[in-house]
Amino acid sequence: MTWESIERLKTAAERNALAISEVKAAGRKVVGLYCLYSPAEIALAAGAVPVVLCGTRNDPIATAEQVLPRNLCPLIKSSFGFAMEGSCPYLSAADLVVADTTCDGKKKMFELLGEMKPVHLLHLPSTPSEEALPFWREQLSGLVKRVESDFGVTITDQNLTDAIKLANRERRALKALMDLPQMEPAPVTGMQMLEMLFKLGFFADRETIIELAEGVVNEVQAAAKAGTLPERKGGPRILLTGVPVGMGSHKVVRLIEECGGQVVCMENCTGYKKADLVAETGDPLTALARRYLSTPCSVMAPNQGRFDLLEQLVADFRPHGVVDLTWQACHTYNVEAYKVRNFLRDKFDLPSLHIETDYSEADAEQLKVRIEAFLEMIG
Amino acid sequence: MPVARLVAGVDVGSTAAKAVVLDTASRAVLGVAVTPTGWNPRETGQAVLDAALREAGTGIDRVVRVVGTGYGRISLPFLHRTVTEITCHARGAHHLAPDTRTVLDVGGQDSKVVAVDERGNVRDFVMNDKCAAGTGRFLQVMTGVLDMTLDEMGDAALRGTPMPLNSMCAVFAETEVIGLIAQGVSKDDLAASIVASVARRLKALTGRVPLVPGCAFTGGLATNPAFARIFSATLGLAVTVSDMPQATGALGAALIAAQDVAVGGAGGV
Ligand code: SF4
Ligand code: SF4
Repeated sequence: MTWESIERLKTAAERNALAISEVKAAGRKVVGLYCLYSPAEIALAAGAVPVVLCGTRNDPIATAEQVLPRNLCPLIKSSFGFAMEGSCPYLSAADLVVADTTCDGKKKMFELLGEMKPVHLLHLPSTPSEEALPFWREQLSGLVKRVESDFGVTITDQNLTDAIKLANRERRALKALMDLPQMEPAPVTGMQMLEMLFKLGFFADRETIIELAEGVVNEVQAAAKAGTLPERKGGPRILLTGVPVGMGSHKVVRLIEECGGQVVCMENCTGYKKADLVAETGDPLTALARRYLSTPCSVMAPNQGRFDLLEQLVADFRPHGVVDLTWQACHTYNVEAYKVRNFLRDKFDLPSLHIETDYSEADAEQLKVRIEAFLEMIG
Repeated sequence: MPVARLVAGVDVGSTAAKAVVLDTASRAVLGVAVTPTGWNPRETGQAVLDAALREAGTGIDRVVRVVGTGYGRISLPFLHRTVTEITCHARGAHHLAPDTRTVLDVGGQDSKVVAVDERGNVRDFVMNDKCAAGTGRFLQVMTGVLDMTLDEMGDAALRGTPMPLNSMCAVFAETEVIGLIAQGVSKDDLAASIVASVARRLKALTGRVPLVPGCAFTGGLATNPAFARIFSATLGLAVTVSDMPQATGALGAALIAAQDVAVGGAGGV
């Protein structure tokens, strides 16, 4: 399936690395974010450019293993390997890196990263409760002060509220994009969606992100209205849940679609977990604290939010099966997989397949057998 | 009388290749062949199909559809379609014993537990393919260490008393066993320990897909009754050796071919 608007997005993204250096040359600051718990709004409110640094490629992992243990999540190793090699233009451009104490591997990796880059560590509570909220708000307020002093700026409540409104517009555009595969058959493949979401994360200008995402939504919706959607063979609809995926760590999405499935929704940090809005009224830091703390990641105990989100997505996307992806050595997602599987079975009679893998291609053939068998089972 | 139309299933696994020839209408098994997988899965697949056809006293010209399975399936040029070994084992085991509700398959490269419904369809499955421990590969390595055949190992294991092997990994378990040999532990006890460690690995799989009565044991290991006895004891449930333990997957593939023909999917070779 080719869409002109998707081609436009991909072409525009080719300039991203260059654009970041131009933005820096023009005197703007760049803030690197590793995790969905770090509010991009604080960077935006300071007039800085937020970029996502989460490592999704396999090649820097060998470098990282010179320092980090092998038996560690590939996302952590990839992120750290990029830092050691200096091979990620976005990390090189970052004036400040915001890190969160999420899982054990990540927070200890950030200590080492701090020897190479200015890192501001946010102490994330391990529960998304009301009691934890004031503490988390204090952490965000500490980040505001750090950004103010590092960048020599003042961040007002009005700046924060404006940033929230801008980020919400981006969220609405991304949600509309991610909602397109609710159509049957899905008008874009899971791989196309993954590539778009990934590339949109590196644009220096938020308005460009919004415009490009809306461009795809408008083109596809217009075709749907006119009845000119391209012919596409259906295949079982798959909801992907679990760890973040990006270009370079897209193996399982690719295999599902090569075996004839359609990945229609991604319940993860690179997908639907981004879509939740921040309240635009009231104290902006409290609104940010509330929204970000409620990110339904498995590092939270309990993590009821993930089950609520899954329930909503099952209703909206009508999947035939769920693939639950865990990166090797990610204990929190790995343990939670048991609950996810039972929840889907007991509540919706929905079959699921749990896959534990890394970024390498070594197990691709074995995974294919399981995925094919799963699709045969639900097909 | 019209000439019976035939179908075939070919399963090229990591250690053995199997083929089954069926009569499409009656589903009667006319020919079965099992050969070791050589270094060329494509030639092996062709050879095992030829052998099964010879046993059936017929030729490829009578075969209207061939379905392939097993890890070597992608390299077979004569197939009409491929289906995974998980689906094929379920179908084959259910055909041989209609009350089958779980299939325990221990193959050369992986092991799996498959939950099967009343119609022979897969309901759920879990697979160990990451780690050699808990597969036929582990036992094969250990036969080398103990200098006995797989059959001898099964018999020795029945005589011996198992003791725990601590290593989680096949490579380290080998080192551990070599150490125990040096300490003078008997071969029977070692064989028992090794088979028990595989059984414990299999038991770990059943946390996700529980074994329920009507458990068919398939795969090359099932040809020796000693293994079924030890696994039954460890798993706390009678595992019944399938009637065609090695060729269950090939049978399933042939049954799927026959079903395809019945619903009008035959292409002719
Ligand atoms: S999965 Fe959890 S720890 Fe990882 S990026 Fe997402 S929110 Fe952060
Ligand atoms: S995938 Fe798991 S182990 Fe890896 S960074 Fe995220 S929470 Fe940590």
